[in-house]
Amino acid sequence: MNAQPIDPPAPTTSLARLYAESGMAEVLAQLDAELVGLAPVKTRIGEIASLLIVEKARRNLGLTAGAPSLHMCFTGNPGTGKTTVALRMAEILHRLGYIRKNHLVSVTRDDLVGQYIGHTAPKTKDVLKRAMGGVLFIDEAYYLYRPENERDYGQEAIEILLQIMENQREDLVVILAGYRTRMDTFFQSNPGMASRIAHHIDFPDYGADELLAIAERMTARLDYRLDAGAREALREYIALRLARPHFANARSIRNALDRARLRQAGRLFQAALAAGVDAELSAEQLTTIDAADIRASRLFNERPAEAESAH
Amino acid sequence: MVWTDRLTACDKYRAKAYRVEPVPNTGPGTQTEAQYFAYIAYALDLFEEGSIANLTASIIGNVFGFKPLKALRLEDMRIPVAYLKTFQGPATGIVVERERLDKFGRPLLGATTKPKLGLSGRNYGRVVYEALKGGLDFVKDDENINSQPFMHWRDRFLFVMEAVNRAAAESGEVKGHYLNVTAATMEDMYERAEFAKSLGSNIIMIDLVIGYTAIQSMAKWARRNDMILHLHRAGHGTYTRQKSHGISFRVISKWMRMAGVDHIHAGTVVGKLEGDPSVIAGIYDTLREMHTPRDLQHGLYFDQDWASLRRVMPVASGGIHAGQMHQLIHYLGEDVVLQFGGGTIGHPQGIQAGATANRVALEAMIQARNEGVDIWHEGPEVLAKAARWCSPLRAALDTWKDVTFDYTSTDTVDYVPTPTAA
Amino acid sequence: MRITQGTFSFLPDLTDEQIRAQVEYILQQGWAPSIEFTDDPHPRNTYWELWGLPMFDLKDAAGVLMEVRACRAQYPDHYIKVNAFDSTHGFETLRLSFIVNRPANENGFRLIRQEIDGRALRYTLQSYASDRPSGSRY
Repeated sequence: MNAQPIDPPAPTTSLARLYAESGMAEVLAQLDAELVGLAPVKTRIGEIASLLIVEKARRNLGLTAGAPSLHMCFTGNPGTGKTTVALRMAEILHRLGYIRKNHLVSVTRDDLVGQYIGHTAPKTKDVLKRAMGGVLFIDEAYYLYRPENERDYGQEAIEILLQIMENQREDLVVILAGYRTRMDTFFQSNPGMASRIAHHIDFPDYGADELLAIAERMTARLDYRLDAGAREALREYIALRLARPHFANARSIRNALDRARLRQAGRLFQAALAAGVDAELSAEQLTTIDAADIRASRLFNERPAEAESAH
Repeated sequence: MVWTDRLTACDKYRAKAYRVEPVPNTGPGTQTEAQYFAYIAYALDLFEEGSIANLTASIIGNVFGFKPLKALRLEDMRIPVAYLKTFQGPATGIVVERERLDKFGRPLLGATTKPKLGLSGRNYGRVVYEALKGGLDFVKDDENINSQPFMHWRDRFLFVMEAVNRAAAESGEVKGHYLNVTAATMEDMYERAEFAKSLGSNIIMIDLVIGYTAIQSMAKWARRNDMILHLHRAGHGTYTRQKSHGISFRVISKWMRMAGVDHIHAGTVVGKLEGDPSVIAGIYDTLREMHTPRDLQHGLYFDQDWASLRRVMPVASGGIHAGQMHQLIHYLGEDVVLQFGGGTIGHPQGIQAGATANRVALEAMIQARNEGVDIWHEGPEVLAKAARWCSPLRAALDTWKDVTFDYTSTDTVDYVPTPTAA
Repeated sequence: MRITQGTFSFLPDLTDEQIRAQVEYILQQGWAPSIEFTDDPHPRNTYWELWGLPMFDLKDAAGVLMEVRACRAQYPDHYIKVNAFDSTHGFETLRLSFIVNRPANENGFRLIRQEIDGRALRYTLQSYASDRPSGSRY
């Protein structure tokens, strides 16, 4: 009697297990807690994380060969959280084993491009070597390309970058960042770069409510608080500020709060000097920003034309 | 007090015992008579700058012989930075020695030429050549190889330097042999040292028995002549081993770093000579660290700032072999000369094979350690793996696999860690 | 002959993966790796040519491997070594140095003996390679 040949059980893998092992839930939760709003960005990050886990599962079963292209492009206005998301992305890639070290090197054109012949290649390579094993984040990447200047050394940096992006995908992930429209123009002139970017994520501007929530978090982190009047004043401030040019989202809010802290310090000081040496201050007083600290902003008092740059 | 004392600020010059503590595990309720640590301070004015002889004459001059004292041991000394800076310190130091030898990242390897008595200069040089060509960095004269009927010193120097240079040509490495210049008089020692220099030797050797002043003189000569100075601690065992009387070898090590030697034999932990692991750790730290904090469990009773005095390379010698490589690196670290005398010359396939076995074992172990292998536990596997392609190592491991020296040390530390409930 | 300078010359030539592991160790220690090459391996030839500058602040060995490969591509028949520099006070020197490339045929050294002062000798070591001009030695 012939024994039926028994096929060995087909190898399997578990996405849920990979997800749990990688601690991905924690990173995504951290991202959610760290950044107000940005729902579409968080959705995209979740999608990319799922793709990477599936890719890892496929690799476990020997289904794909070679390192996938992981280079990304983050577009959006200043202060929309691109750098923070890049740091979390580095962590995601590290936890899933796509990069060896959980680190991110953030640079701009000046770090990559030299001033004279022979300067650029070593400079670019030095940055690439420092970033290797992790993520290289190039902010305002389009400045690398200056078509108006034929002899611009930026082109040399781009070529070295492209070569590493293609040949050492297991050693380095590059994230380009900047304004949406300028990045689009940059990619049109540099199709080689465009073709090597696997993931695009667009960062929307924050709405007024989100900006107020961001302000509350920032003050809490610095051990300050906004009283009810200050909160209302800030709401009005944000509405006025959104109507002005050069608005830089979270960054503008941070600047506004820095100025409010300055005014609060001035206010406390004047009151203290008037009251004399025996007047004691409470922690409550030292941490509270009131409506006057916000409303002293010139934005409330000036006609729009004067407020172009001074807010 | 005599009237002439009244002419001096005598209080200043008196030693001041500022603390007395019972030695743990002595006195009532133990099997040992009560013993005490006395902490004694001396004024800086007592000591001539840069003189070990004067320092020791003051500290251990007569006191060890006083009738009322049953026993006395010098456990440690704190040397103030101001006094330390009056000493030259090691002629070369670990960093410059390595830069001259162009050898980094691993312990250095040596061996003492054996047999030490009876080889003619010509035969002696053969041993040196074989060991160096096989892979050792240094070979060494023994402490009592000076100038005897079977081999006069000039003959030894000439044949040895032929061996050293031939081995350098065969390997492309810097090689050396510690030529022992120990002799009856300073004039003789200078003459021998000058001859060693004229032949291009990079290292000479002296014995502790020549005395502190002669050691300091040779250290100054070595600094002037780009020579590494190796010290053999011949004789120390007569006064360093007993816990209740004598001088701790830690103190000798401290004095020798100040006196200016570059190498000093300092124990192996695992070999045939005295060496409790905690005591050895204290000695090695004294020789190699820039700052040694008080650490009673290593026998270090004071913080010592070394004021950038160069670092001394300890030498581990006596009954060690390739099979202990992981233990040696674990206990002794990287800046040390490991001397495998019997472990090189006694190799069944010959001296070259013995040297190669040691070098391969060492490099394989350092490579594994750097790669993150836990060599303390996996060392034997690292060696076994290397022995698969290196037959001299295989033979060495087979020959010495059962050799250990498991004796209780006579010199141990008085403070032992107390186990605490987790 | 085989020149046995460097930390691992008695082992079989290191593979790139083994080199990577050593460089990772170097970076973990906070040391700065650098690459040097020469066609004159005399033991007293301290100053081999620098292949670029020492590399500071690297997090991963990949950058060093990239430079090792580039140096090998340009000088396949030279000696190439990786060094690690430690800037810690009390060291401020190399802490590791190992060969990562060597010529196919290593021609070694000539030992020249000059007889002087009776039986004394003055020794000189000369690499056979340096008989030929730089650039045509290996």
